[in-house]
Amino acid sequence: MGSIVVENLGKQYRIGEHQTPYGTLRESLVRTLHAVPRLVRRRSQVPRRSIWALKEVGFEVKPGEVIGIIGRNGAGKSTLLKVLSRITEPTEGRIELRGRVASLLEVGTGFHAELTGRENIFLNGSIMGMRREEIERKFDEIVAFAEVSKFLDTAVKHYSSGMYVRLAFAVAAHLEPEILIVDEVLAVGDASFQRKCLDKMQEVSQHGRTVLFVSHNMPAITRLCGRTILLDEGKVISDGPSHHVVGMYLKSGLGTSASREWTDPARAPGNHLARLLAVRVRTEENETTDAVDIRKPVGIEMEYEVLQPGHAMVPNYHFFNEEGIYAFISGDPDPLCQRTPRAVGRYKSTAWIPGNFLSEGTMIVGVALSTLDPAVVHFYERDAVAFQVIDSLDGDSLRGDYAGAIPGVVRPLLKWTTQFAGEAEENVVTALEVQNS
Amino acid sequence: MSAIDVGKRGHQTSADESPAGKPERPLPEGPLQEGPLVVIEPSKSWVPLDLRDIWTYRELLYFLVWRDVKVRYKQTLLGATWAIIQPLFAMLIFTLFFGRLAGIKSDGVPYALFAYAGLLPWTFFSNAITNSGNSLVGSANLITKVYFPRIVIPAAAVMAGLVDFFFAFLTLIALMFYYRVPPSISLLALPGLVLLTAALALAVGMWMSALNVKYRDIRYALPFLIQLWMFASPIIYPSSLVPAKWRWLMSLNPLSGIVEGYRASLFNLPLDWRALGVSALLTLVALAYSLFTFKRMERKFADII
Repeated sequence: MGSIVVENLGKQYRIGEHQTPYGTLRESLVRTLHAVPRLVRRRSQVPRRSIWALKEVGFEVKPGEVIGIIGRNGAGKSTLLKVLSRITEPTEGRIELRGRVASLLEVGTGFHAELTGRENIFLNGSIMGMRREEIERKFDEIVAFAEVSKFLDTAVKHYSSGMYVRLAFAVAAHLEPEILIVDEVLAVGDASFQRKCLDKMQEVSQHGRTVLFVSHNMPAITRLCGRTILLDEGKVISDGPSHHVVGMYLKSGLGTSASREWTDPARAPGNHLARLLAVRVRTEENETTDAVDIRKPVGIEMEYEVLQPGHAMVPNYHFFNEEGIYAFISGDPDPLCQRTPRAVGRYKSTAWIPGNFLSEGTMIVGVALSTLDPAVVHFYERDAVAFQVIDSLDGDSLRGDYAGAIPGVVRPLLKWTTQFAGEAEENVVTALEVQNS
Repeated sequence: MSAIDVGKRGHQTSADESPAGKPERPLPEGPLQEGPLVVIEPSKSWVPLDLRDIWTYRELLYFLVWRDVKVRYKQTLLGATWAIIQPLFAMLIFTLFFGRLAGIKSDGVPYALFAYAGLLPWTFFSNAITNSGNSLVGSANLITKVYFPRIVIPAAAVMAGLVDFFFAFLTLIALMFYYRVPPSISLLALPGLVLLTAALALAVGMWMSALNVKYRDIRYALPFLIQLWMFASPIIYPSSLVPAKWRWLMSLNPLSGIVEGYRASLFNLPLDWRALGVSALLTLVALAYSLFTFKRMERKFADII
């Protein structure tokens, strides 16, 4: 039995006519007066414009599943969350929820500036659906978590913003919902706050509860969610394993996939000397892949054709992350390649990126073939292919037990040494003094 | 899981199934426990009042009342004294102008006491409909973020007013001592009258609060309406002042029967049962209408607020 079952869900919003979301009485009266002659004329009323923020949405979530929800702005993610948390009613369809729903959107909802920390814990807790005795039972834990015990009887208007957020989050963190909704909106908080949210998500899912995670942060989605739903224009476009759905989403946005072929020579990148035929991302097992484990090597393979003899050509790859940051460039260092003129024919060049080298997230690869002397670029295909680097939490990568984001365009596994280098300075000095005296 | 644990769990399940098992909601503690099933669907055109839902959220109602009272008394210098000052000063002014200068009759009770007995329910009533009328708009941040039966917001605003009412009532007792008006057995009708006043305030306040979400005009119309309503009710004058042939019109105002009821109960005057009956009936009708309107509009609050 699912913990969330959504069937044929639709939500319609009326737009037009109303400029403001709420009307004035005068407008309503005027409209009513206008409607009278229209009624007499046998209802020649023009139907008001409306949009479907959600349409025919259906999915099922099992207890304990962590589901990512992705999509462009305006795809219906927020509306879906609002309907799921019962803030707004659906226009059609049906949802079955098993258990209490809580959302980390609600952090601090109902906090009153004039009330003390203690009073706000009770007020906020009850607004978020906690029972009074439940709040009393967890009160000490909440206070300890928020680290505000000294200011418990101070009005929250005197709190620093950090204390305020900590207290608000502490209450939310002690809810024990069967279904937790985490919206990326919360990512406005500072890094430690975001981390707390992610930790909470993990904890919740480990206890067999369900998590819905809405984010634009694709690495976080692939890291934390087993399954992802892609929404577009209010509809479910894709629903499946996260790396697959995320890959598909990025493909639709970037127009880039894990492999590409140019069958029409006229359209292929290149000049009269050389022409690109195909590029693909491959594993050691020679499979084309759009997602690789961060610990595994990944190969970028290009096929090209040299059309005229007499030129040395160096294949090279340009790596960018999803923010467009130039991560690095790599070209074939083989002197044969660098200096020896090539014979006419087809070539295949593969570069292997070792495991534990890239950072997690999307890597976009530009593919080029150049001659160094004289400098000529035969072709440079930007955004030729792309792939996901996935750092799952169960792994033994550099991440360890840390669940948050790790910045940086690469994350190489380096050789580290740590040695014991003797007593601390202070002790050495004392020892010397003892010797001198 | 050990065999003992399994046995325990099995035993508990059978106990829960027996008719003697308590129908309590399961606590959301264990990972394996299933929570209550919630079904979300577009509501039907005829909307029943979901009393069970409101019962589930009774603690929220309590906390919202508690918040309103706390905040009101915390922010002000005089705190609870305001609950007394408001009707007391109104009483002094009306006593001066209407009692002394205009010489309005007051059914044999000293005019000051007479006026206070009318101002007591009126202050409660007018504050309650003002506060609850503006309550939904003032709670937009809750409505757009969390689910709960929206009705608890205007209801809490009305109930918070009862605390003020209590303080103002203590002053009334002092005044009765001062004027040596002895209490009588008819005082027993007072709780019923308070309930009726609260019900009427809820009916009007809830309706206004829902309209306020859609039409912000209400914010401006409400004080005006309240002013008119005060003079249309026997607050500072007795119903007996109205010519007999217009009394029926007066009784269409549900508040008039209620206010006269307060005086009859406090000062042991003859009670106009018919007028009170009409008031009670009108209050029930208004409450029912208001509930249905509120329920119908409730669905769109989050979208338009």
